[in-house]
Amino acid sequence: MLFFIEVLIGGLLAGVMYSLVAMGFVLIYKASGVLNFAQGSMVLFAALSFVSILAMGAPFWLALVLTLAIMVLLGVVIEKVVLRRLVNQPQITLFMATIGLSILIEGLGQMIWGSQVHGLDLGINDIPFNFYGVFISQFDLFAAGCAAVLVAGLSLFFHKTKIGRALRAVADDHQAAMSVGIPLKHVWAVVWAAAGFVALVAGLLWGSRLGVQFALTLVVLKALPVLILGGFTSIPGAIIGGLIIGATEKLAEVYIGPYFGGGIENWFPYVLALAFLLIRPDGLFGEKHIERV
Amino acid sequence: MFYRETGQYKTNYGADEQIFPIRQDRIGVMIILAFAYLAVPFIGDDYWFSAILIPFLILSLAAIGLNLLTGYAGQLSLGSAGFMAVGAFAAYNFMLRIEGMPFLLGFILAGLSAAAVGIVFGLPSLRVKGFYLAAATLASQFFIEWVLTKFPWFTNNSASGVITAQKMVLFGYAFDTPMSRYLLTLVIVTLLALAAKNLVRTRTGRDWMAIRDMDVAAEVIGIPMLKTKLLAFAISSFYLGVAGALWAYCYLGTVEPQAFELTRSMQLLFMIIIGGMGTIVGAFFGAAFIVLLPIFLNLFTSTIFAGQVDPGMLSHLEQLVFGGMIIFFLIVEPLGLARLWQLGKQKLRLWPFPH
Amino acid sequence: MAESRHLGDIILKVDHISLSFGGVNALADISFQVRKGEILAIIGPNGAGKSSMLNVINGVYHPQKGTVTYKGETRHHMPPHRAAELGIGRTFQNIALFKGMSVLDNIKTGRSLKIKSNFLMNALWFGPARREELEHRQKVEEIIDFLRLEDIRRTPVGMLPYGLQKRVELGRALAAEPELLLLDEPMAGMNIEEKQAMCRFALDVNDEFGTTVVLIEHDMGVVMDISDRVVVLDYGKKIADGTPDEVRQNPEVINAYLGVSH
Repeated sequence: MLFFIEVLIGGLLAGVMYSLVAMGFVLIYKASGVLNFAQGSMVLFAALSFVSILAMGAPFWLALVLTLAIMVLLGVVIEKVVLRRLVNQPQITLFMATIGLSILIEGLGQMIWGSQVHGLDLGINDIPFNFYGVFISQFDLFAAGCAAVLVAGLSLFFHKTKIGRALRAVADDHQAAMSVGIPLKHVWAVVWAAAGFVALVAGLLWGSRLGVQFALTLVVLKALPVLILGGFTSIPGAIIGGLIIGATEKLAEVYIGPYFGGGIENWFPYVLALAFLLIRPDGLFGEKHIERV
Repeated sequence: MFYRETGQYKTNYGADEQIFPIRQDRIGVMIILAFAYLAVPFIGDDYWFSAILIPFLILSLAAIGLNLLTGYAGQLSLGSAGFMAVGAFAAYNFMLRIEGMPFLLGFILAGLSAAAVGIVFGLPSLRVKGFYLAAATLASQFFIEWVLTKFPWFTNNSASGVITAQKMVLFGYAFDTPMSRYLLTLVIVTLLALAAKNLVRTRTGRDWMAIRDMDVAAEVIGIPMLKTKLLAFAISSFYLGVAGALWAYCYLGTVEPQAFELTRSMQLLFMIIIGGMGTIVGAFFGAAFIVLLPIFLNLFTSTIFAGQVDPGMLSHLEQLVFGGMIIFFLIVEPLGLARLWQLGKQKLRLWPFPH
Repeated sequence: MAESRHLGDIILKVDHISLSFGGVNALADISFQVRKGEILAIIGPNGAGKSSMLNVINGVYHPQKGTVTYKGETRHHMPPHRAAELGIGRTFQNIALFKGMSVLDNIKTGRSLKIKSNFLMNALWFGPARREELEHRQKVEEIIDFLRLEDIRRTPVGMLPYGLQKRVELGRALAAEPELLLLDEPMAGMNIEEKQAMCRFALDVNDEFGTTVVLIEHDMGVVMDISDRVVVLDYGKKIADGTPDEVRQNPEVINAYLGVSH
């Protein structure tokens, strides 16, 4: 039983890490209706930039500020050069454009900063501590704390600020939002910048976990089932989806995996998300829509 | 002046329903085919066959397969390389386990196996659309990779997971030179490309495009969604499966599941975006682009930087160019190189007059 | 003119149909009948549930209550492609053409149901597939002639002006040789010449092929002119059903519809 709880908690905390990436997707999806496949590359780009600036001798806080500036700039450029030219295109075209964007950013990041693996130490001990007999990773707890702060911040941003409300209007209908005077470009730029910030946080946490390397882009593949489960438009959905995926993935790996020779965590979340999709096509918190003809 | 349809009057619908209704196009295709079959085998060398022409042809075939599903039937797939893997390993196992299995039959069975797997993974398309479906196709990619790596039966208990393609012998003739393998690939690709062209210009293709363009309307005029979508998955996977078998037998000779990773699926998707979604000729353009770009970039950078280019840098540059091209084409010309080709022909038709 | 035509048996019967979307009642207890060879108009203000009614008839929407009886078969639930197989054709309010395809291919698609060759024959082309394609091309060309679309048959429909797109959509529906044709605002947004042409086509289809027509239309002049009978909906309820003259004099109709918008 103790072991089960340990696996479960480990899974839930790993799920938080998935949620962190998934949140970046949700932000952009809400504002522009596009599933941004490049989110993973942005995570890599952010982490790479950060460690490279750090390696140049900059102090931690300066590296953080500079990286944030770079990510905001990247977001604004993407909006200006790519998205603005694809307004009102089919969603699938936008999606494919972000796939193009993802390899472009990947190539660009590694061309600028090099492709060797960097270590990243945030100064947090990854020694598990004993909580009534259950071992919990301190690092995971720290990551969960970061995620909680991010979620709270983003919720405030969406519900309390003018731009947050404008954003929800834009998500509904590009043209309608423009016609009531919402500055679409402005909103998109802000959202891409915010997504860049989320990517930075995810990049730092994931980077210190896995090392800053190409494999970071693959976290996007972990986030997709989370999104399917939670719905593309809901921040709480991304969190709960992440927790469910994280927990079931770890439990399945431990309890079912051995029967299949292990290694099922690559596809299991997808199968889980798909099975769920067949029952609820709009995800847990997705908005339902009626097709009109 | 010479590319004109003036004077070519069609007096029946048969003449108008040919593959290439314009005479100059028919002649052009004949010349290309004659060149590929009669001239290339004599002027090409082993490097050209093995490193450029064979992969180009096989990737074209795979891109046709993906294009049938994504470009024509409108179902975005991110897992196409998985079906290539099914084809490669199915061919290997059929030939390994069935005594005297002719390799051509093995290829067909490989295609059919991939089609069967394609139907299974196409089932979610009935409930989910767009990028929900794209995410579902990723599941097929990972699942197939996992099965082929985890169950040693598929690789005949090979410790490294690598399989070595058996010899291809037809009526006592062994296809063991690069030139013979080139010709074999060429025959198969020609036939399947022709079949694909026929599919898309008849009812099958129209039904797919109808579902792609407006699925509710398609159902209302009597196109059964289930059957049509699954057929697209099956035929697309068949093409990918045959391409996978060719990849193992005619191109690499030895192959492991990692040859068909997500990167390959993405590469196929890039080919049809750059080449032209919903066109057959676009698959060839896209494949040529993807095969030739690295060679060209290598040549280009080594001339400029006098051979001082780090290969890692080169591959990043490649990513940069691909990414840029994809975005460029999606924004400027969503129908890709095939559309530019068509526009060029239209201009030629009017030449030397501007309109 | 309408009165002189002989009307056949009841081809379509709609009984007590109720449809709602998450608490919003689109249709409430609607019943009416359509006779073979008749032109029936459904009118009503915006949001009255007219399009929803057509969507129920050919299976796009599934009503919570009620049945649709078509050619003697009573159903509660029918998938749209089954409706097409039974001979119900349809055009849409917001044109639902296949934008990436040419006029010719759009109309050919309308004949998909009638084409028997399977994908293997299609891939081979020579033999049955070719024979069938040519045979159906002939039929499609007849429709193209009928609707005067000859010079644009190769044009992608996305590039055509609105009025022509509507006509192509009618062509696609006609290609299936339907017995019952549902037209959702076939003349909306058209100029007077285009409207006249469209009226002519609707009447000709009805006359020459004996196709039963159910249409939704806002232009009262057109409705009164071409329809045999009119059903009036208002807020999802049926408020009148009768000949154009009867409906015109119905006080409830005048109140709900004619009086307000004219």
